Amino acid sequence: MTKRVLVAMSGGVDSSVTAALLLDEGYEVVGATMKLWGGASDSGCCSIADVDDARRVAQQLGIKHHVFNFGEEFMASVVGPYVNAHAVGNTPNPCIECNRHIKFDVFLERALDLGFDAIATGHHARIENRDGRFALLRGADPAKDQSYVLHMMKQDALARTLLPVGHMNKSQVREIAAERGLRTASKPDSQDVCFITSKGGRSAFLGDRIPMKPARLIDHETGDDLGTLPSVEMVTVGQRKGMGGNTAERRYATEVDVATGVVKVGNIADLMTSRVDVTEMSFTNEVVLGGATVVAQVSAHGLPLGATFNGDHIIFDEPQRRVARGQSVVVYSGDEVLGGGIVA
Amino acid sequence: MAANRAGFLGKLGFSMSVYLDHAATTVMRDSAIQTAADVMGRITGNPSGAHGAAQQARTIIEEARDEIAELLGAAPRELVFTSGGTESANLGVIGAARVNDNLSDGSGVVCSAIEHHAVLNAVESLGGRFVRVKADGQLDMGHLAELIDGTTSVVSVMAVNNETGGIQDIGTVARTVANRAPQAVVHTDAVQAVAWLDVASHCKDAHLLSVSAHKIGGPMGTGALVVREGTKIAAQIVGGGQERELRSGTQNVAGIAAFCVALRETVAEREATVSRVRQLRDALLDGLPAACEGVRETVPRQSTVAGHAHVTFDDIDSESLLFMCDEAGLFASAGASCASGAMQPSHVLMALGLDERHARNGVRLTLGRTSTLNDVDEALRIIPSAVERLSSRRRVSA
Repeated sequence: MTKRVLVAMSGGVDSSVTAALLLDEGYEVVGATMKLWGGASDSGCCSIADVDDARRVAQQLGIKHHVFNFGEEFMASVVGPYVNAHAVGNTPNPCIECNRHIKFDVFLERALDLGFDAIATGHHARIENRDGRFALLRGADPAKDQSYVLHMMKQDALARTLLPVGHMNKSQVREIAAERGLRTASKPDSQDVCFITSKGGRSAFLGDRIPMKPARLIDHETGDDLGTLPSVEMVTVGQRKGMGGNTAERRYATEVDVATGVVKVGNIADLMTSRVDVTEMSFTNEVVLGGATVVAQVSAHGLPLGATFNGDHIIFDEPQRRVARGQSVVVYSGDEVLGGGIVA
Repeated sequence: MAANRAGFLGKLGFSMSVYLDHAATTVMRDSAIQTAADVMGRITGNPSGAHGAAQQARTIIEEARDEIAELLGAAPRELVFTSGGTESANLGVIGAARVNDNLSDGSGVVCSAIEHHAVLNAVESLGGRFVRVKADGQLDMGHLAELIDGTTSVVSVMAVNNETGGIQDIGTVARTVANRAPQAVVHTDAVQAVAWLDVASHCKDAHLLSVSAHKIGGPMGTGALVVREGTKIAAQIVGGGQERELRSGTQNVAGIAAFCVALRETVAEREATVSRVRQLRDALLDGLPAACEGVRETVPRQSTVAGHAHVTFDDIDSESLLFMCDEAGLFASAGASCASGAMQPSHVLMALGLDERHARNGVRLTLGRTSTLNDVDEALRIIPSAVERLSSRRRVSA
């Protein structure tokens, strides 16, 4: 029997081509766009422009298209926690939380409810069936690899997800879209957090939602008072902006304590550390045992770093810049995502 | 008629489909299609022009105006043609507020909390206030009386709610306004009423009355606003000064002619249609709770127009249910969707006092003059089976 696949169509080129490729492969394909954020965004209120693009591509491909309103769930499990985390000095990655709680949970469940065999997304990563165990691998295009933001996927989700553009370069994806005259062919890649406008930025978004208190800047070594900044909640470990310094001597936020409002400022050496504590680890396959040699990645397009995984912390082979609390650390073996957790 | 319906669905490639979304739009009447095509083929003149060809176009509009006005209980000079219900409601509410509202904050504009967004968003944009409804969907007349006084400029209450089908007593609304706020203008959105009620008598006390052609078998993109003699409104579209300077822009001649034919037939058939469709609707409303668990009529059917069957489920969200229905060839809606197509927790159901969960679990099944017993039978087969599938999945995952 033909497999039925529900494609999450964001209105971008990757998910448009995802739908097209699955049709070519003979799947029965239905498109769905999730309405997640009802407020202002760079693509208009309710992202209507993106929904229109997705709908038009679905029409061009001759598949059905639906819109699912997960606004309530998105607010409860992505936006709310994002705001609350900043209030206590953590800097979460909302795209990861959206994948965890919305795309590979609520959306997948909805698809199964509706009788689909699988979902598909336009993420640049690969899923390989290795004798019934599913491996999550980096995307073929190193510049576009999104395996980092998918690290929370577990076997049940991996078994029911298709990522057909993960085998391609972005330029190939755009070529396919252009060949078929899909209106999203030359649409720019989305860059930022979907619920934060480029105009207001993170500070305006958070400023409307949590009380901001001033930051006191203190020298990392001497303890000298270095002045103030308007909001400690907006300072992230590793940040250079507002920390003084110049091209000869760069200065960074090395520690942020939202409770006391204290930000320590130091030079690059003060920022370096070999250890990062992690919590809420999840694994794509078997639990990774302590002492395992891994490759760790601490940001979406960060460098792969040699490290040892020790359950509740990771030791880098070489000291690295400190990572802000709330960010995700993903551990790989070669190209395969083993799992990931949150910096504690 | 059956051929018409089969033709309509066949054209979409849905030969085995059941259409239960007549409140969204209904099957266009053959007579209206022929009239529109005939006028488009025959008429070249711009009705605003002076020459003979223009006068031909003008004649079509004015003859339609005479007849439509009469059928709506208005005088021809009281009828303003528009592009449809939303434009009519905007022109009525905002146009009347612009002339009559003396309060700087717009709080003199009042509407029911369950208005269609065409009115609701207009009132909200003016800074207006909202009258509560009771759990049965009827306007809380006490709250209306509380909210209005000598400073009120516009009161807008819909004749029939687009989601539940609930009928409002426009006569009582108008009397309450006349007593407490005699200076205020009463607008009623009668878009959903025309197919089912004698609007000429039901809405006779409203100063402004909005109607739309495509809800009664006319074409989309055509509607009208009745502006009673002596009621002042400000134009919202300016330009060539058409429609007695209340609505500039070249009229939709073919659309207006087709609207007229559709309204004529609607009124002539109305009594028979209402009694036939009511029986079908009742069969549907009786059959659903017999076949599915946890479903109930949202408002008492005695208070609704004959075509509406609005139900609320305990544990089934309308997005999933409507998806399954769509897959099975049953077309219905939740009644409230934003421009993105996403379903919203219905403001109407929230105003009725339903919690947010139930407000996301409402399904609007609306019948029309082309509905048949087979449609009801099919709905009573498709919906319970979709509900069963969704609830068994829930049981497994719970």
